[in-house]
Amino acid sequence: MNIIVCIKQVPDTTEIKIDPVKNTLIREGVPSIMNPDDKGGLELALQMKDKYGANVTVITMGPPQADLILREAFAMGVDRAILLSDRKFAGADTLATSYALAGAIKTLDYDLIIAGRQAIDGDTAQVGPEMAEHLGLPQVSYVIDAERKENGNFIVKKENEDSVQTLEVEGKCVLTVLASAFEARYMTVAGIVDAYNKEVEVWGADKLDVDENKLGLKGSPTKVWQSFPKQLKAPGEVFEVSEEEAVEIIVKKLKEKHLI
Amino acid sequence: MDFSYSKTEELFLQMIRSFAENEVKPLAAEVDETERFPMETVKKMAKLGLMGIPVPRQYGGAGGSVQMYIMAVEELSRVCATTGVILSAHTSLCMAPILENGTEEQKMKYLPKLASGEWIGAFGLTEPNAGTDAAMQQTMAVDAGDKYILNGSKIFITNAAYADVFIVMAMTDKSKGTKGISAFIVEKGFKGFSIGKKELKMGIRGSATCELIFENCEVPKENLLGPLGKGFNIAMKTLDGGRIGIASQALGIAQGAMDETVKYTKERKQFGKAIAQFQNTQFQMADLKTKVEAARLLVRSAAWKKDKGLPYSADAAMAKLFAAETAMEVTTKAVQFHGGYGYTREYPVERMMRDAKITEIYEGTSEVQRMVIAGHLFK
Amino acid sequence: MDIKDYKNVYVFAEQRGGMIQSVAYELLGKARDLADALGEKVVAMLLGHNVKDQAQSLIEMGADEVLVADCPELKDYLTEQYSQVVYQMITAGCPSIVLYGATTIGRDLAPRIASRLKTGLTADCTKLEIGIVEETGEKQFRSTRPAFGGNLMATILCPNTRPQMSTVRPGVMQKRVREAGRKGTITMFAPKFDTSKFKVKVIETKMNCKCADDIADAKILVSGGRGVHDKEGFNKLQALADVLGGMVSSSRAMVDAGIMDHCFQVGQTGKTVRPNLYMACGISGAIQHLAGMEESDFIIAINKDKYAPIFSAADLGIVGDLHKIVPMLTERLKKDVEK
Repeated sequence: MNIIVCIKQVPDTTEIKIDPVKNTLIREGVPSIMNPDDKGGLELALQMKDKYGANVTVITMGPPQADLILREAFAMGVDRAILLSDRKFAGADTLATSYALAGAIKTLDYDLIIAGRQAIDGDTAQVGPEMAEHLGLPQVSYVIDAERKENGNFIVKKENEDSVQTLEVEGKCVLTVLASAFEARYMTVAGIVDAYNKEVEVWGADKLDVDENKLGLKGSPTKVWQSFPKQLKAPGEVFEVSEEEAVEIIVKKLKEKHLI
Repeated sequence: MDFSYSKTEELFLQMIRSFAENEVKPLAAEVDETERFPMETVKKMAKLGLMGIPVPRQYGGAGGSVQMYIMAVEELSRVCATTGVILSAHTSLCMAPILENGTEEQKMKYLPKLASGEWIGAFGLTEPNAGTDAAMQQTMAVDAGDKYILNGSKIFITNAAYADVFIVMAMTDKSKGTKGISAFIVEKGFKGFSIGKKELKMGIRGSATCELIFENCEVPKENLLGPLGKGFNIAMKTLDGGRIGIASQALGIAQGAMDETVKYTKERKQFGKAIAQFQNTQFQMADLKTKVEAARLLVRSAAWKKDKGLPYSADAAMAKLFAAETAMEVTTKAVQFHGGYGYTREYPVERMMRDAKITEIYEGTSEVQRMVIAGHLFK
Repeated sequence: MDIKDYKNVYVFAEQRGGMIQSVAYELLGKARDLADALGEKVVAMLLGHNVKDQAQSLIEMGADEVLVADCPELKDYLTEQYSQVVYQMITAGCPSIVLYGATTIGRDLAPRIASRLKTGLTADCTKLEIGIVEETGEKQFRSTRPAFGGNLMATILCPNTRPQMSTVRPGVMQKRVREAGRKGTITMFAPKFDTSKFKVKVIETKMNCKCADDIADAKILVSGGRGVHDKEGFNKLQALADVLGGMVSSSRAMVDAGIMDHCFQVGQTGKTVRPNLYMACGISGAIQHLAGMEESDFIIAINKDKYAPIFSAADLGIVGDLHKIVPMLTERLKKDVEK
């Protein structure tokens, strides 16, 4: 079985802070990491490799520095890594990104494509389904478990707000995965020692099966008009008093606000 | 000259930090409190190849560098010094002498199981009357044809209660002094070999430090490690390597205490401002940070020399001396910065201060390190 | 076709098990504002099996027209079945704007449609408005959404393709007051299915929600985090919620720890709530949690750690032990009730 996993390098958004004076994002010193849901997807692929035997290829689109997460993927146990890096990809929204990824995947042999549900920098959850549509493949999103049947079909569990659904998918498909369901393995020491001795294939737009006009900024229907840090509201009063006083303060406020 | 981490080391650091933070740190206080050997952590380390970092692939190791190994000891010790020393004793004191002095048969027999973590390693040199003066060995090994018969005891042996393989020094010819000491590979199940009482220690309380007892213990001839009478040399060279490990452990403890203190002094307010804003705090912390960085450079430089096959005995001694004394200073001041809270078990600096002390004592006291350094200086 | 010829605001009226979801009504409320600003109509798309009787309800909540596709193929939500129908409705009707709920269904369906239509989609919007372009005076659809884990807000346009599509998280927009007997058009839509593309079938659906009521509908929420420790701790919160006439909700930490069910979770990966009173007990207030509750009218935080970020979001903060304060408060309020 050949499995392709789409991964993305993202800033660790839990480390991003707001400059209280300038009211801007502080991105300096924020580490770049493999997106958590994507790492969950990679774990699913590696579990399938352990279970059924598989060739796992990771693919990412990004600047040359994104090489780092591909090395990490090598050290976790993947067999092949592809970096889509070209100025022509720059400025892509989700539609243009999914189009480029689909264009790369079209040139590869695969039985299953896995992606993370969403990336923590954008939180859109769009690239997986949009890519599935470009490839004409069925999709299951919010995946928490997947098995392969002998006939090549997949039995997939997905988590909805109020239910867990078990679905059967006929043949090739795209799964988008929840990190919470797949605790990713650590890199192994031997994997780390070998990671930089392996080849990361760097592909430009010319390697892909695409119309170059649909890539990057040109191929992106959405534009960011403006962005601004979230306005924090003025902090309320904080009391550090005895429990008895605290209770009285709360009761007084609740009455004042007609909440009781 | 390049002081930065290589790309491989960066990747390794990412893994070991996350492992230490998520798997080791949550157990640290409990391991200390209950004086429990963290076997589940050792199993997890084994699965990732951490129990055989610098062992070549042909012997089942990860094929990594000494540098990576000492980074692992530092990062583990940063959150739990017990876990750091378990790895250090296993790697530096048991696998390293087999790798450096063993026959091909011995290497093939012991290293794959040790490097995979299936077996845990330990090292026995110290005796009740042979501490710093290691030449005063009283454990005897008598040639009995196809085997040696060992009698005597060893004390303060790290990992002892859980180890499967021990490198043990014993006198094969008392008349020759240090040249009469030989090294043996002793397995847990050998007839006449048993583990004695467990020490109740001030720090590194999970490391299962025990006595080894040899009562007519039968060791097969093929388990003699290195040539007959070369045991003392093997022990000293092993300790040279071990000192880089302990220096990293000390460095890790110091770094861990720095981390805790920076966090605490930024949060703790007195007289209306965070204590990190007081110049007294800032100046003291600046000095400590400088010492921690200096220790790291010494440690990395010693490991670099070992990786390159250059002589590193004095470097290892300097690294250990300086890192251990830095660890003691940083942890003591860390407790001071934490005030009354620092003296309680609610904060980890209390444990760190107790853990730091041993780094000035084992694998050669600070006095021994000074002797080694002076020996190189005036030779 | 010129983009100026695309008219009307479409809303995907999500139903589950034949029940129209709250988010559909919330979207209709917002769609009404947008359509009025543009001078266009609000059209709801209702897909399902035996659901056509509910079309009138959508009209009463703000739709001018309801397109109903009612057939057995649409009984359960399945990506391809629904995509084909919604695609056909959109290409037939040429709306300028299409809105979906940012639910597991909406977030599965909307990108699929966007990719099929080759148009833009903006996810998880918290604000939708019709602005005026300064230079030309033209009306412009603007979608604002959080990014970078909620640290940054971005306003997104979709200038050159139509329709302009957005998803909105449940609980963010306000429903209109139901206008009983409101008149509108109900149009039956007969989809043409390409069944060769149907590759997914449902084997089993296990409902796992243990809550009869939805926290998103509660007026008062007593919410617990790591500081609550365990089920025992949540019992204390429940007692307070009972006195206040509210519900208990939870932070992600307690859901991940298996102490609370996912349906009670507030935050980025849980639900967005905006009750009249939100009491955060033992919740540190990670930005992902704040994203789900900061629109609440009044926020009280009780936490031992005076540096907890929750205090910056709270209207009233109490530094102290919730395990003592919550039961005392419950007793105090009980006495008030008895009086």
